[in-house]
Amino acid sequence: MTSDVIPRAPAAGAPETRRLKGRGTPLRERFFHLSLLASLAVGVIFLVALLAYVVVEGWPRLDSRIWSNFPDIINPANAGAQSAIMGTIWIIGFTALYCLPTGILTAIYLEEYADPLRWYNRAIEINIQNLAAVPSIVYGILGLGIISRGLGFGQTVMTAALTLSLLVLPIVIISSREAIRAVPRSIRDASLALGATQWQTVRRQVLPAAVPGMATGAILALSRAIGEAAPLLLLGGLTFITFNPTGAQSAFTVLPIQIFNWISQSRAEFTALASAAIVVLLVILLAMNSLAIWLRNRYARRW
Amino acid sequence: MKSSTRSLRRATAPLALTAAVALTVSACGGSDAGSGGSGKEGEKLSGTIRVDGSSTVAPLSTAAAQLFQAENPGVKVTVGTSGTGGGFEKFCAGETDISDASRAIEDDEKAACEKKDIAYEEFQIANDGLSVVVSKDNDFAECLTVDQLKKIWAPGSKVNNWNQVDPKFPSEKLELFGAGTDSGTFDYFTEAVNGEEGKSRTDYSPSEDDNVTVQGVSGSKGGMGYFGLSYYEENKDKLKVLKIDDGDGCVEPSSKTVQDGTYKPLSRPLFIYPKASSLKKAEVEAYVEYYVKNHADIAEKAQFVPLNSEQEAELNKALEKLQGQ
Repeated sequence: MTSDVIPRAPAAGAPETRRLKGRGTPLRERFFHLSLLASLAVGVIFLVALLAYVVVEGWPRLDSRIWSNFPDIINPANAGAQSAIMGTIWIIGFTALYCLPTGILTAIYLEEYADPLRWYNRAIEINIQNLAAVPSIVYGILGLGIISRGLGFGQTVMTAALTLSLLVLPIVIISSREAIRAVPRSIRDASLALGATQWQTVRRQVLPAAVPGMATGAILALSRAIGEAAPLLLLGGLTFITFNPTGAQSAFTVLPIQIFNWISQSRAEFTALASAAIVVLLVILLAMNSLAIWLRNRYARRW
Repeated sequence: MKSSTRSLRRATAPLALTAAVALTVSACGGSDAGSGGSGKEGEKLSGTIRVDGSSTVAPLSTAAAQLFQAENPGVKVTVGTSGTGGGFEKFCAGETDISDASRAIEDDEKAACEKKDIAYEEFQIANDGLSVVVSKDNDFAECLTVDQLKKIWAPGSKVNNWNQVDPKFPSEKLELFGAGTDSGTFDYFTEAVNGEEGKSRTDYSPSEDDNVTVQGVSGSKGGMGYFGLSYYEENKDKLKVLKIDDGDGCVEPSSKTVQDGTYKPLSRPLFIYPKASSLKKAEVEAYVEYYVKNHADIAEKAQFVPLNSEQEAELNKALEKLQGQ
């Protein structure tokens, strides 16, 4: 640690860097360390700025009205987002119900049962990776054409949840596979050597060990689903609805659609309302993430 | 660590089972519960009315829905904003009861509805007008032709001084304020002026909040902006409105010129299209009746230009015809 070279800017200090090469590279170390911090700061600063902005903007409306009242276009002071909050919770609940079992079972098949040398298994793999990159609006079109009209589910919570499930399924599958792959081979071998069947090995050894990774992936996937507005707008997510969903067959709206709708209103009260709704959405997200962290810590194990 | 594995082992089996059961139950519930909801009989009105379509008309339909629901708490009205075209697409697929439209139904949409045997009524419920405003300090511009507007607002336009608009104007920096790209106002203005919805130059100050446009334009001598006519009328003391020449001379926007259609091309009628088969349901008929009877009040609340007496007479005639059925 030679303190005299540290304060220099890396660009100006180019000759010094070369000179210092032989004696270890404290300048490079520092530079690397700083670039790590800078990258971290980009995310954190923008997040903090966003949070501060929406909280300040939405502060006048951050009270019980936001969750106890329904939308009101005539009198913004009475407006709330209860139908959107409940719609979001219903849809995310159903999405989790549809996509988590399907995604995790798919991941188990691909990791534990599928022969990676078979062409069809490789084709499935490539397709799943490609699906993760398909724009969400395309899933909206798919949902409208096949689920809503083709299967006749209409513009309902069920259609929305199925569409969002398809949207995030690749994320669930890929993250679950990573989690399963992280379980050491030796654990499986030991289990099989002791006479356990493959199913017993998966159920008793692999799955419990993979739960933390799967939980993280699942929450990432659901967090993406909760913020989606585009596919749901296409599916007939409503901008004015004054009742909560009562089941899979109800009409619905979700928070992102409600926020979008309020922001495009010309009256300033609605903009504050939109900010308040953004805060509510972030709180729901935070609660979901906390659950994931709790799950991860509860089931974490070291080898 | 060991205990947590065991507890999970116990927990997973019932969990998976519950999920599977719930999945099948909800999947089965799909078909039979779907047809319910609307059209229930009873002494009090109940049921669901699905309205979708133009985002411009949505505030009107929403205000009508809100006032109507206050009187008929049993009826659930939902309003969506798929856009006029998207609204008709759903309407002619039989998915909605009423379609909001910021233009009359087009021939191919009529054909699509006919194909599905969907008959409908047409009601004009309000007028929409846009005003182009400049600062009070602007003493040179009185009237612009549509071509001049297009020159200013066309995509990629390099016009940044008033003397480029018209050589007779003095050299004054042009500062543009306009609607944000999410608004119906933006769609409408770009379509009327630039000929294609959504096409606009992008180097102006956009705002979803018309108050920002008011402040921006009133504070700069070379400023120019556009928004709904009702907004100008509320801010008459701060702004000056431009006359628009669409080839038939300069016309100043006002409730009158918007209503009679002489203020072109920045005025248009707004429609609702209720489905004939839905109108047979008491709750849909009651909603449309309420909507039509209170159209002036609703237009005012949603800041639109109400109908003129001629349009109103036509609307009442259409309503009478409906009630006579």
